[in-house]
Amino acid sequence: MIGAPLSQRTWLHKLPAGFKLLFIAAATVVFFWVEDPLVLLASLVLVLLVYFALGREAVLRLKLFRLMLPILAIVGAFQFLASGPAEALASVSRLALMVLLADLVSMTTPMIAMMDAFLPVLRPLRYTGLDPSQLALAFALVIRFVPVLLDDWLRRREAWRARGGSRGSWRLVAPWIAGLLRIADHIAEALDARGLRLK
Amino acid sequence: MQTRDLVRVSLFAALIGALGLAPRFDLPIAAGVPVTAQTLGVMLAGVILGARLGATSVALFLFVVACGAPLLSGGRGGLGVFAGPTAGYLIGWIAGAWVVGAMMRVLPFKSDFTSALIASAVGGIFIIYLFGTPWLAWSSGLSLKNAAIASATFLPGDALKAIATAFIAQTYFQTFSPAAGARA
Repeated sequence: MIGAPLSQRTWLHKLPAGFKLLFIAAATVVFFWVEDPLVLLASLVLVLLVYFALGREAVLRLKLFRLMLPILAIVGAFQFLASGPAEALASVSRLALMVLLADLVSMTTPMIAMMDAFLPVLRPLRYTGLDPSQLALAFALVIRFVPVLLDDWLRRREAWRARGGSRGSWRLVAPWIAGLLRIADHIAEALDARGLRLK
Repeated sequence: MQTRDLVRVSLFAALIGALGLAPRFDLPIAAGVPVTAQTLGVMLAGVILGARLGATSVALFLFVVACGAPLLSGGRGGLGVFAGPTAGYLIGWIAGAWVVGAMMRVLPFKSDFTSALIASAVGGIFIIYLFGTPWLAWSSGLSLKNAAIASATFLPGDALKAIATAFIAQTYFQTFSPAAGARA
């Protein structure tokens, strides 16, 4: 659920990203078969122990897990009413377990390594006209332009407020998007001028 | 894919990320209700980029999130969101953007407002729930009916976003369309 990798390297960093992805895929399949709440709860405790084994920074990440709590509460309440406490406990601990396990991988794998690990899975997409170098360029553009667009939005909103508007308005969205498409076309021209050739 | 399309798709994916991070804005009808809205970005991707590029843009955004960028609203990201109970809605975003784009093309209404409103209600709400609700039911063990009730709590917010999309689309097509590229 929380993306950014940990700043320190840990023993989990040393495992190859592809192996970690396969492990998660296998764990997902297995845990959806398990129905015993005690087994699920024990696995959850095990995963939490791994967080503690990784050190202070990993434990602090658990705080961000509270974003999941409302949905877990809803699921738990519905399950409790529909099928009783054992079912509710099993569902909630299974969901928490899956998310925490997946976060463990995201926390200990740099973004680039993750992208490389995904590429074999995405290879069939080649037949739809997508090739890995295009994906790498697109990926870099997204990462680079989130802060640029955010900044652009804040500037527009500031100008709007200075002229007496409220804190921000839907009216600013259309020009924001038009501006974005204009920037996009400039970038495309610049890339073409520098000899980027897409098939 | 042309360079121009590739860059537009990437920048729109970045816009969906930016929408999740900061902007809150007031909507015309629900004065004072701040909306932070990534599904708004999904609807707009379909309306403005069209079916194919819009869906590609949303898929690219989700791929970047899956690789670990914390770009979903609230700073979420990484594989965990795709293992959680709400993963179905995220996958539904791709199909949703496609349907919004396709409907914008075929709807016969003269008014951009009407077309965008209907397209985002069907693609941006119905289609997304169509993917999200069964996944929620399956992953959490809820009955489909209970999962539908739980999803329905998001309906008022999503309806507001569809209306906002319609307002934005109208302004966009009236003011900028010739300069920024035709509705496709």
